[in-house]
Amino acid sequence: MRSVIDIIDLTPEEIDDMIKTACDIIDNPLKYSEMCKGKKLATLFFEPSTRTRLSFEAAMYELGGNVIGFSEASSSSATKGESVADTAKVISCYADIIAMRHPKEGAPYVASKNATIPVINAGDGGHNHPTQTLADLLTIYREKGRFDNLTIGFCGDLKFGRTVHSLINAMARYTGIKFILISPEELKLPSYVKKNVLMANNIPYVQTTSLEEAMPELDVLYMTRVQGERFFNEEDYLRLRDSYILDLQKLSTAKEDLCIMHPLPRVNEISVAVDNDPRACYFKQVLNGKYMRMALILKLLQEA
Amino acid sequence: MNVDSISNGVVIDHIRAGLAFRLYNLLDLDNLDCPVAIIKNVASKKMGKKDIIKIDSQTPIDFDVVGFVDPNATINVIKDGVLVEKLSIDMPEKLTNVIKCKNPRCITTVEQEIEHVFILSEEDEKVYRCLYCETKADI
Repeated sequence: MRSVIDIIDLTPEEIDDMIKTACDIIDNPLKYSEMCKGKKLATLFFEPSTRTRLSFEAAMYELGGNVIGFSEASSSSATKGESVADTAKVISCYADIIAMRHPKEGAPYVASKNATIPVINAGDGGHNHPTQTLADLLTIYREKGRFDNLTIGFCGDLKFGRTVHSLINAMARYTGIKFILISPEELKLPSYVKKNVLMANNIPYVQTTSLEEAMPELDVLYMTRVQGERFFNEEDYLRLRDSYILDLQKLSTAKEDLCIMHPLPRVNEISVAVDNDPRACYFKQVLNGKYMRMALILKLLQEA
Repeated sequence: MNVDSISNGVVIDHIRAGLAFRLYNLLDLDNLDCPVAIIKNVASKKMGKKDIIKIDSQTPIDFDVVGFVDPNATINVIKDGVLVEKLSIDMPEKLTNVIKCKNPRCITTVEQEIEHVFILSEEDEKVYRCLYCETKADI
């Protein structure tokens, strides 16, 4: 049974096909409005995530399907001590496809090994979040019209930011890519990502602590939030939280066609004043996420 | 220092100095009721210092565990006082139920009866990562 737990579970060709599907959905929504009629998506959210859950639910409804599930662990059998493996087996009897978010890293993988229906990882702790990466990829494609020959800046928490690791993994498969990694010392990209992805694929990259210096060169700027929930130490979190704040002043040296992205939610790392700048693409990213989730649900149900 | 030779058993030799106790624990040698000797910091021409473990019985040894702790160690099988087999070992691609993931956010910390699996991810640096959360294993 095909599941998607990590973005590398999908080949670049499959991602290209899904982007084509998503673009077709955008152009011809009616064509897809009954494609999942009679099918049920189970959204198993063991930790709250309004955006991702509603995106999956909206995606399934727009495909004509139905949704069952729960939005936090307290309303599931997990409170009675049920294992993830058992939950996956039980839900397989009720639904046709699962979208699972879980605070424990690897939980969706365990679910996929026990379910008899496809499982989509909707985020497991600080580990993987492949559908966010799909949203990011569609955004880059729609804004830039290509995946090759781009200089992409990642700014903020590059250590714990799972969306950063996934997008680097996905973009490393295209040609002419250069990464500029902007972060404080404590939140630098882990060395194993640099070694296994960047160095292994001979991808040029620069590490810097200065967003201002990097700005003029960027085609895409991917901002991230310093996530309090990933820190064991409150003091460290508070110290690093305000490291980088993007405002109109910093954008003054940016390219006119820069694409500013953020996986959201933002705290304060992008000034609200930037929202009206035509280069701000983070709310388009949310919409693109729904289209790519539609394309993924369709693909997995067609293959099941 | 003299440690008696064994007549029927296994000698794990050329263990990097300092790793013998780790290997002893992971091989669960504490539960054997035969004589077991850990010899630390033995002078070695090739290695400078090395550790040796001698087990005075034909106990089956989990090669994967030895390969994980020190792939340069050798296993010598002794029968009737004679060395009958000298085995070198490779790093295992996969390690199951030998060590546990230290990441408190890993699913293995809560899921009942789950297999603890580590995969060799960077062979040149001898790095194993948890199958579930990709956290690096402590050797």
